[in-house]
Amino acid sequence: MLATSPAFKENAAHAMADVGLQKALARTRPQFPAKRAAAVAALPEFEALRDIGRDIKDHTLAHLDFYLETFADNVERAGGTVHWCSDADAARAAVLAICEAAGARTVTKGKSMISEELGINQHLEQHGIVPVETDLGEYILQLRREPPSHIIAPAFHLNREDWEDSFRRSHTDLPPDRVFYERRDILSEARTRLREKFLAADVGITGANFLIAETGSSVIVTNEGNGDLTQTLPRVHIVLASIEKVVPTLEDATSLLRLLARSATGQDFSVYTTFSTGPRRATDVDGPADYHVILLDNGRSAMVGTEFQPMLRCIRCAACMNHCPVYGAVGGHSYGWVYPGPMGAVLTPSLIGVEQAGHLPNASTFCGKCESVCPVKIPLPSLMRHWREREFERHLSPATVRRGLRVWGWFARRPRLYRLVTRLAAATLGSLGRRRGRFASLPLAGSWTEGRDLPAPEGDTFFSRYASEQRAGRI
Amino acid sequence: MSKDAILGAIRRGLRRGPLPDDQTLGLRARLAAHPRHLIPARSRVPRPAQLALFVRNVEKEFGTVLRVPDAGAVPAAVALYLIAQNLPQDLIMAPHPELQALPWQDHPLLNVRQGRAQPSDLVSLQHGYAGVAETGTLVLPGGPDRPTTLNLLSETEIVVLRASRVVGPYEDVWDLLRSEIAAPAGGMLPRNVMLVTGPSRSADIESVLELGAHGPRRLHIVLIDDDPAAIG
Repeated sequence: MLATSPAFKENAAHAMADVGLQKALARTRPQFPAKRAAAVAALPEFEALRDIGRDIKDHTLAHLDFYLETFADNVERAGGTVHWCSDADAARAAVLAICEAAGARTVTKGKSMISEELGINQHLEQHGIVPVETDLGEYILQLRREPPSHIIAPAFHLNREDWEDSFRRSHTDLPPDRVFYERRDILSEARTRLREKFLAADVGITGANFLIAETGSSVIVTNEGNGDLTQTLPRVHIVLASIEKVVPTLEDATSLLRLLARSATGQDFSVYTTFSTGPRRATDVDGPADYHVILLDNGRSAMVGTEFQPMLRCIRCAACMNHCPVYGAVGGHSYGWVYPGPMGAVLTPSLIGVEQAGHLPNASTFCGKCESVCPVKIPLPSLMRHWREREFERHLSPATVRRGLRVWGWFARRPRLYRLVTRLAAATLGSLGRRRGRFASLPLAGSWTEGRDLPAPEGDTFFSRYASEQRAGRI
Repeated sequence: MSKDAILGAIRRGLRRGPLPDDQTLGLRARLAAHPRHLIPARSRVPRPAQLALFVRNVEKEFGTVLRVPDAGAVPAAVALYLIAQNLPQDLIMAPHPELQALPWQDHPLLNVRQGRAQPSDLVSLQHGYAGVAETGTLVLPGGPDRPTTLNLLSETEIVVLRASRVVGPYEDVWDLLRSEIAAPAGGMLPRNVMLVTGPSRSADIESVLELGAHGPRRLHIVLIDDDPAAIG
């Protein structure tokens, strides 16, 4: 997938002015946090489970070579094939080779972010194979030729009129004047259309939420059942999974599954959680005859042992973006690549380079909400700060930012002077702004005050207020 | 080779070579012991409450449950359910011995076929391997007597489950699967183990939940009360 991350600022400005997107954001923004909060409140052990989730992932990453080899051995014992792929090119080639060997004409697909990372649809199309997205959200995005804007609710940015419009334009064999009375009518039309695709497909491609070393199983989690139809009906099942998806045992996966749905949609458990192990057995009456796992590295092994290793704990629940004020204002497309929001702000520079994605870790107020809801306790703000440091060290940040930081740094190293200057500034701004209580515009901060007012300081600094409170015995 | 390159990069990151034998043995022992982590207390309750929790959770997720006193009552319960839902008296049934042994002959109007589901099948009857009270989840391992397509292709799925097979947490199911199915098969899990919690759904259109996305629109469980300890 081609990244537009370098244009984050322009993307964000565009998103803020997009009426449809803002309508969708206003609708969705409060929903995810409320649902998660209710699910968490109903499970007293949730906090303890977060520590367990973190520890399981840390243990696995510390022995990642062992668990990957064990997983691969067990897949092969069950009659499946593992393809180790260092980068996106190798993975695309492996998928295409499997599809061509199967004589595939159409391929159904379950939702997979790795698939987006690989740009697999475009690659298959270029070679005359028709990919069909089957997750409802992914399906309409494919019709509209848009990338997902969220990792679990890929089409949340669309409104009902967008759905009706796209279906009328794409399903041209149906009467153009048909009426969609309810959302259910849109859903039914997609169900009917995709059912034909499921039955006709030669190959089914899914992602994996987890890989289990103990059993050689891949695990997918869906609510629609599309992933299961994708991996059950065609002759060949291909699993796309990145290397950090492996966990040791069924029990380890279970503890993480208790965190996943609650953090993601606020469900206690997703509707379908399916463990697939190899191809159909001799006596089975359904299931695929071939089972392949594409094990993708694509920059992840280079994160092992670095300060970014905790990012490999991520289980892709989307809680961080669901609670992020920046994501909530600009949506997912602004981030310009596969992974949006706070997790994307850390992962994207790791995978496509900080030169390309340097804006993303800067697009944060460091409010810390993302870290506070992360089911595996990834210190997202600290990791974003590491990227900012790297960007600064490599002289990638703009000259004005560097100059500003240098000036601030000069004062910050001279605490007496720093306090004097801030006291004077607070007093001056305080007296100037006493009447209105805020500033609509300020010299040198024009672009900041363009979008909002700066509240006027009350004339005091934090330090002097703290000292006086202490003297008064209130602290 | 990519495998060596990937494993080599991981080991460089971890600042070590391949794991020494003693550590490998330790990790193998962890796999063999597959230790349980913290299990939520909610399902650790007396049997009648555990069954009630299972039923409550199924209903919370838009499934329905009918408890019947014994296996003999299942065919009548199924026939009545189909009438109530205005569905034809025709279904595709898992070729499982426990289902085959039911008195279907008492309901000659009910057409019961056996095998995997076809796209034209409106109603499927599946054999429930186990239930998990913690979240009202059905455990449906695939196999010749429990085809996976029965969980996916029909609009209505009916699952026959014995109350004695309802456990508290998921971990209890893993132990059942390991001892009853994997151990006799050389340690291998069935090709497919589906955990099903309620009927298929999607909230992709304007974040509003709609039932019946790609899988069954209705999920009905006929729960046979074969566990005296579980009847409260």
